[in-house]
Amino acid sequence: MRDAEFFRRWLVTAASAVEREADRLTELDSPIGDADHGSNLLRGFTSVVRELAAERPEVPGAVLQLAGRTLISTVGGASGPLYGTLLRRTGKELGTAAEVSDDDLRQALYAGVAAVAQLGGAAPGDKTMLDALVPGVAALGTSYRAAAEAAENGALATVPMQARKGRASYLGERSIGHQDPGATSSALLLAALAEAAEGES
Amino acid sequence: MSGPLVGIVLVSHSAQVAESVAELARGLAAGGPVAPLAAAGGTAEGGLGTSADLIVAAALSVDQGAGVALLADLGSSVLTVKTLLAEEELPAGACLVDAPFVEGAVSALVTASAGAPLEAVAASAAEAYAYRKA
Repeated sequence: MRDAEFFRRWLVTAASAVEREADRLTELDSPIGDADHGSNLLRGFTSVVRELAAERPEVPGAVLQLAGRTLISTVGGASGPLYGTLLRRTGKELGTAAEVSDDDLRQALYAGVAAVAQLGGAAPGDKTMLDALVPGVAALGTSYRAAAEAAENGALATVPMQARKGRASYLGERSIGHQDPGATSSALLLAALAEAAEGES
Repeated sequence: MSGPLVGIVLVSHSAQVAESVAELARGLAAGGPVAPLAAAGGTAEGGLGTSADLIVAAALSVDQGAGVALLADLGSSVLTVKTLLAEEELPAGACLVDAPFVEGAVSALVTASAGAPLEAVAASAAEAYAYRKA
């Protein structure tokens, strides 16, 4: 069973990964985006860590909802409402339980990813974060490590895709050949989840 | 007539764009009382992007109880407004209007200033899509 502390550790680990990879995310966002993905997420996740420390939410659902709300109000780019919706919706699904099972988390993440797809009007293959999130969450049924690897492979698989959503879609065929920054940060998020889970079991 | 008017919020990636379009709309809507209009452009730090906090504050500032029509320009402006609506963080009766930003803003403000209800304001802004330029 996973408690609030596990979810806090997931997000703190994700924040460290974002900090470590911020320059690379921004680099990936330069040829096809507006070159702010790393700095936007860094601002957002730094605020998440601060808010979690200040408010100390006591149940998993509240941890994720606070994190989601913080991302929505601090990121400043499209990844704010998208990741914010992912975490808030997942947190809402987890409700007020003090501890949740891995299966509860998997089901809740499914709902979170579906909410992201609905908000952005995107589907796998559009060269977005969904290309990492959808295979990643699907592989959660196997293990957290499998989910992280599936998400990483999903991010790599965006390279030959043509973007159909967001700023990159304006480039048409010129978006081909670049890895999607959103799929890359989504892979970081699932890698952080695996790291948090491995630290515990 | 002095009932509550529909409020308008203009959400852009740029503070200058939001302010300038607001000024243009106010100028073209003038000639009588003008409905409340607020600009929510750029990030809270003054950069390019979207601030959820600025949007919520702008919506509250123009809410007279008749509803609030929000117009957004690109990407994160649209997604942030949709998210705030889904999370019920905007005043009751707030809605995202599907309209071109500049033309929709003028059309929405003129209609709202005439005392029209929210549905009419949204419809009038959306009609701006029908005007082809070439």
